[in-house]
Amino acid sequence: MIKPLIKQVEDQYLRKEPLVFEIGDTVDVHQRILEGDKERIQIFNGVVIARRGGGTREKFTVRRIVSGEGVERTFPFHSPKIAKIEVKRHGKVRRAKLFYLRDRIGKATKLVERVDKAEKEAARTAKTQAKAKAKEATT
Amino acid sequence: MAVGLLGCKVGMTQVYDAAGAEIPVTVVKAGPCALLQVRTQDVDGYEAIQLGFGAKPRRLCSRSESGHVAGLLPGFVEKSVLADSDGTFRFIREFRLGAGEAKPTVGDVLTVTAFEGVAHIDITGVSKGRGFAGVMKRHNFGGVCASHGVKKVHRSGGSTGQSTDPGKVFKGTKMPGRMGGKQSTVRRQKLVSIDAEKNLMLVRGAVPGFSGGYITIRPTNCH
Repeated sequence: MIKPLIKQVEDQYLRKEPLVFEIGDTVDVHQRILEGDKERIQIFNGVVIARRGGGTREKFTVRRIVSGEGVERTFPFHSPKIAKIEVKRHGKVRRAKLFYLRDRIGKATKLVERVDKAEKEAARTAKTQAKAKAKEATT
Repeated sequence: MAVGLLGCKVGMTQVYDAAGAEIPVTVVKAGPCALLQVRTQDVDGYEAIQLGFGAKPRRLCSRSESGHVAGLLPGFVEKSVLADSDGTFRFIREFRLGAGEAKPTVGDVLTVTAFEGVAHIDITGVSKGRGFAGVMKRHNFGGVCASHGVKKVHRSGGSTGQSTDPGKVFKGTKMPGRMGGKQSTVRRQKLVSIDAEKNLMLVRGAVPGFSGGYITIRPTNCH
């Protein structure tokens, strides 16, 4: 249960434009890092394996393999330190928590790429149309 | 300068500061409080103000309780401190006034804006009751080994004293017993922000007691 007063407080601190990504996506997390008074962006690339919590406490976990060793970082979803998230690739997944990836090594850690239905359909129709055109041309 | 305020704990969450760091905060509903009585040196022997917070319906009030504030209630309803002029306040506490501090008048309403500019506060509440607790939970004892021949006494406190001399257990020896449910104060908690419109305070860190519990808030005396 979320208490209404707490929600009112949290709403002031939520991200205005939510980050858009899904579980299983391969993403680039752009994080602002302050060095002295200079700001630079650090990028963490990996697969989103979990998303948990609500309100300002929402976190997501990104996993990657660094020189054969699994590395996981958990980022606060609403942190102003996260500049943006770039989705590189959708993964085909059937669950919300991909902790099974922790037990896998090598090629098995790679998720099958998911192509959106609409995109797939568009590609297919384009192909059939091209085929039909080619047939017409020959006859 | 604020003398003090009554309120209740709403719960904990986290917010972000300007630099983007996460701050754990307790949301506190502070006030509005009704000024019910002013204690003076001449009449009572000490200087203090009496504040009231939270509504208590008439069916739960004793006659002395409702009589204490009977004349004041319509005024407080007008200032929207109470919803209706029946009943009384649920939580009533006094705050001592220092010598030479401004004398408020009965019938005033104190709000969270009184704490603007205050950096740190002390909060007193009743801690969560833990019931009859063992020494590990109650006094942070280390307990006994998990192995090395230890049987069934892993969480016990061990010996409580010496031998024939002194032949007794010293008074005040830490032992199991009732834990929590007592008045507890956290001091010098940072006041993160104030929301005057909603009468809310964000306090860094934890506050004693369960969510919904009544608390007293005052500027810290710990510098």
